[in-house]
Amino acid sequence: MDKGLQSDRNQLNVQELIENNKRKTSIGAKIERVIPWFLLLCAIVSVLTTLGILFTLLRESIGFFSDVSIWDFYTGTEWSPWSGSYGVAPLIGGTLLITLIATIVAVPLGLMSAIFLSEYASDKVRRIIKPVLEVLAGIPTVVYGYFALTFITPMFQGIIPDLGIFNALSGGFVVGIMIIPMVASLSEDAMNSVPNALREGAYGLGATKLEVVFKVVLPAAFSGIVASIVLAISRAIGETMIVTVAAGATPNLTFNPTESIQTMTAFIVQAATGDTSFGSTIYYSLYAVGMTLFVFTLIMNLFAQYISRKFREEY
Amino acid sequence: MLGQNDQSIQSRMQGRVLLNKILMVLFLLATTVGLVFLVLLFYRVLTQGIGYLSWDYITSFPAPFPQEAGIWAGIVGSVFLMVIVATFSVIIGVSTAIYLEEYAGKNKFTDFVRVNIQNLAGVPSIVFGLLGLTFFVYMFQFGYTLIAGGLTMALLILPVIVVASQESIRAVPAEIKEASYGMGATKWQTIRRVILPAAIPGILTGAIIALSRAIGETAPLIIVGAATAIYTLPDSLLARYTVMPIQIYKWTGRPQEEWQFVAGAGIIILLAVLLLMNSIAVLIRNKYQRRL
Repeated sequence: MDKGLQSDRNQLNVQELIENNKRKTSIGAKIERVIPWFLLLCAIVSVLTTLGILFTLLRESIGFFSDVSIWDFYTGTEWSPWSGSYGVAPLIGGTLLITLIATIVAVPLGLMSAIFLSEYASDKVRRIIKPVLEVLAGIPTVVYGYFALTFITPMFQGIIPDLGIFNALSGGFVVGIMIIPMVASLSEDAMNSVPNALREGAYGLGATKLEVVFKVVLPAAFSGIVASIVLAISRAIGETMIVTVAAGATPNLTFNPTESIQTMTAFIVQAATGDTSFGSTIYYSLYAVGMTLFVFTLIMNLFAQYISRKFREEY
Repeated sequence: MLGQNDQSIQSRMQGRVLLNKILMVLFLLATTVGLVFLVLLFYRVLTQGIGYLSWDYITSFPAPFPQEAGIWAGIVGSVFLMVIVATFSVIIGVSTAIYLEEYAGKNKFTDFVRVNIQNLAGVPSIVFGLLGLTFFVYMFQFGYTLIAGGLTMALLILPVIVVASQESIRAVPAEIKEASYGMGATKWQTIRRVILPAAIPGILTGAIIALSRAIGETAPLIIVGAATAIYTLPDSLLARYTVMPIQIYKWTGRPQEEWQFVAGAGIIILLAVLLLMNSIAVLIRNKYQRRL
């Protein structure tokens, strides 16, 4: 009797165990099936973000272009939305002026830094200087804006006495300083990936280090260098806070860097902080300008990707 | 004849060697330019801001007079915002990375997601502000609130977190994955118990660096309406808020010189926070950089 109960219980236990086990595996199997879908859903968020950006820019821009003709927008040369002129040229001109000044500052300095770090500096020096240089890229842009307005502009005013408080020169200059590490770091990576055998071949023929740099390393790393410059330019085009703080809010179609200008990004900030009511033409103009800006940077980014894919030298 | 030739070769060689030396110095100088401006920037901020930096400054709300203004609302707002940003961006970012590295097949859709993330990283931050304005502020009717700002920023730094997580997941050696499968573990068990623990230092480092970008970001928050003057702390996700960079921006824009000192003091705090975050990231990287 006792024995029977025991075996009965044992049987029950085994059955229960099997049941339990089945239930467990079925939960496990369920998790196993559900997880990939959850992960896929998360991956789709980034796709939705892109679609959302395209959707919002397109829809609101179309709303804008029903008020203002697209022809007037892109050919007009006067931008004063509060009195109804929507010619975007001064904003594009301002953006290009800032970008040009930044490029003139950042490309030579960035490239020379990259050459020094990759070819001349010892391993120890490189390992100290490169991260310190990259700190420049991590400083918030509003801090750069403060620096441009309160330090660089007064400094330039010492050289150019009639320089206004807000001017394209110091804005563009500081944007240039900000993108130096981008040019330097990415170009240095490109130069570093040039195989040493190529360098040694040139040394063996009696070339100096400088000749190796200009005749071997730079040509071999060309695509990476161009890509780094294009990415840095794209960054300068989209830069907002430095130009908002330091370059002014005067839509001004000029190539005189000592004047106050307004970039596309600075207008967006100005209109968003002002009393712009939802649904007004100015509200929609935010998106038309944003769309133009987006297209500029997208073209630059795709161009950089194309260059580094197409002209990559494989060793 | 022969001697003359020798001499010209000699002088040519000296010229080449000299040019090499001169340009080396030039390259060195160019490298120091960036460093010099970094030092100038820190020096400028410190000398301008240190006079206004005090305990009162840290614990006060914005005020109409420079002597009484403080950054407390900005500090609290930034912290709250970062909590929201971190929650959303880390969960979605790490999940995306796991999907791309472990589950996604080699097909058009996967390629599309990858290229898409790459391009998203190059979109100017202010465009994300416009996205947030349309969707979070107006369409979802969050208004100018903490949650609208947080979600906008989460999307902004999502690509950085995805890429960093992908790299650290990829760096987990195939041997230990195979060992796990060999013991009979399922795919998800292997991911949860083997791959993620090994990849977490890299993911954390990437996440902290991405968050340190978010904490200094100003432009998108201006667009989605972070307040510039606020005298209460946010008490819910649907409360108005401000953050440190917005306060700094506002003070910098005022014409009186005293306000620039107030802004300078704010920048010191912001940079100190950034320094702290980056040091933690470096510490984690150094501690766990190892031996798999």
